[in-house]
Amino acid sequence: MPSEPLVAEHALEFPGGYTRTTGPVIGRFLTELRDGRLVGVRTADGRVLVPPLEYDPHTGEPVTGEFVPVGPAGTVRTWAWVEQPRPGHPLDRPFAWGLIDLDGADTALVHAVAVDDVKALRPGLRVRPRWRPETDRKGHITDIACFVPEVTTMVSPQRTEYRVRPGASLLRFLEGVRDGVFLAGRCATCDKVYVPYRTVCPSCGSRIEEQVELPDTGTVTTFAINNLPDPRAPEVPFVSAFILLDGADVPMIALMGDVPAHEVRQGMRVRAVWVPPEERTLSMSNIRWFAPTGEPDVTL
Amino acid sequence: MREVAVVAFAQTRHTDHDEGLSEPELIAPVIEEVKRVSGLSRFGFTCSGSCDYLAGAPFSFVSALDAIGAWPPISESHVEMDAAWALYEAWVRLQHGDVDSALVYGFGKSSQTDVREVMTLQLDPYYLAPLGLDQVSYAALQASALGAPEAELREIARRSRADGRANPYALHLPDPTGDDPYQVRPLRSCDVAPPTDGAAAVVLAAGDLATRIAERPAWITGIAHRAEPHYLGMRDLARSASAADAGRAAGVGKGPVDVAELHTQFSHEEIILRDALGLGPDVAVNPSGGPLAANPVMATGLIRVGEAARRIMAGDAARAVGHATSGPCLQQNLVTVMEA
Ligand SMILES: [Zn+2]
Repeated sequence: MPSEPLVAEHALEFPGGYTRTTGPVIGRFLTELRDGRLVGVRTADGRVLVPPLEYDPHTGEPVTGEFVPVGPAGTVRTWAWVEQPRPGHPLDRPFAWGLIDLDGADTALVHAVAVDDVKALRPGLRVRPRWRPETDRKGHITDIACFVPEVTTMVSPQRTEYRVRPGASLLRFLEGVRDGVFLAGRCATCDKVYVPYRTVCPSCGSRIEEQVELPDTGTVTTFAINNLPDPRAPEVPFVSAFILLDGADVPMIALMGDVPAHEVRQGMRVRAVWVPPEERTLSMSNIRWFAPTGEPDVTL
Repeated sequence: MREVAVVAFAQTRHTDHDEGLSEPELIAPVIEEVKRVSGLSRFGFTCSGSCDYLAGAPFSFVSALDAIGAWPPISESHVEMDAAWALYEAWVRLQHGDVDSALVYGFGKSSQTDVREVMTLQLDPYYLAPLGLDQVSYAALQASALGAPEAELREIARRSRADGRANPYALHLPDPTGDDPYQVRPLRSCDVAPPTDGAAAVVLAAGDLATRIAERPAWITGIAHRAEPHYLGMRDLARSASAADAGRAAGVGKGPVDVAELHTQFSHEEIILRDALGLGPDVAVNPSGGPLAANPVMATGLIRVGEAARRIMAGDAARAVGHATSGPCLQQNLVTVMEA
């Protein structure tokens, strides 16, 4: 009889953490961090090491005792994107590791960079430290919770309220729509029929005296497929189309419906789909949309 | 300089899982094999490489000595590094002139823990380790600094895995699909060496003893180790200055190289190392599949030396390079040049 493999779990741990002395160089850096400041140390040849080391990594010579304020802003030189953070990582949501050239430093600091999306990263991205609350800082590299991009854009909410009235000719048109009729106006000078109904000809400026009732059928002259949601549209994608009502000389813009977006085409014959008479108001929403009639296409 | 050669090499058939073998049980077969091949049962010096953090137990290498027969007392040492550095120590020991043979071995059971996190423990304890910067993350920073095209990385992974499938000792991994998930962008799973359990052993011999043991010893004509600053932000991660220095000191460029076995735990490291060591497109890199096809940590670097030497001993190559690395982002590099 096969036996289960013998397996034991064990953890290697230093309860309470491993205590290390820092010495004067690293200790100075960590002390300044606790106070919310970033410093580097100057090497004999004048370079500024951040984070500071006791020696110049290239020559092995001791560094000078001169500490130099750097940053707090810096430039991301190189990054790697962590989609799935691990338990020991500084952030628990996707983030980047960055090599950050702090202003005034000659070496790069490694730290976490918090952005919402990898697409927000680019060479030269300017970042600043996001400090832990002062009371939580203890002189540790994680006193910087992470780096975050500098402010380069802002969003200001904008809202102003108005009270509008449609004007006499549009009101008359909407009354027609409420009653299931498209009202148009014919210019006697130009011999053109305009819908919606209007009282002045946009071409010649003449007063329009003649009122015409148009049928609710027409032809698609052009259209657009919209992939962004719109509160007036049934679903995404939706089609908005210019529809030349039979007897009109100018098209009217309206939604298309009862047809897949990619089947809408120029020359398609359509008819308005009305909401039931008892639901109608003085509004274009009385027309739900235009739907194909099934007649053969016409040549425009 | 005393003439020293690799005269025997053995490795386990590596696995991607724990086979339930203790460390001495893992090592014993490769020690037996190099004893048989070399005809030696005692060695002037013995040196091993391993990492206690893989087992989570202090002095875990001591129990591994059970596999080599340490009584009557032997002259023995250990490096807490890849066994390629144990080979370096053994080579130095043989330069003293009073002993003629050395046994070098290394072993690692990655299956017992998470190597990605164990390697965080090698980082400096003030600035990097407290961030929890893991091995794949810092490697990804280097890949990003290099800016290697993804197609080039994929091809290195594909070739390594295909070569690994032809190597009975390596893991047999499928071709990358091209849309493997990113582990840490820009590195995908196929760009990262797989967790592997395994061991390897090498016998070094000096002068006449080498020629008595092997028909065609792999003579070490150059061996050198260089290191760079530990902190990642103080280096140009797109290059390996220390690999270039070690390669120059070991004399890589003094003759044509037929084969180079490079300790590439990540696809992009091959690009950096080829450049640093001046290896042209005609040099066969990692024909064994390399670490991307089998990465028994702490033996992987020694296996690079062993695989390169094996090709010389078999007559397939006249001049070969074995490379080993340690530390974050190729911080330290050890280069061995061997000739027939
Ligand atoms: Zn007119």
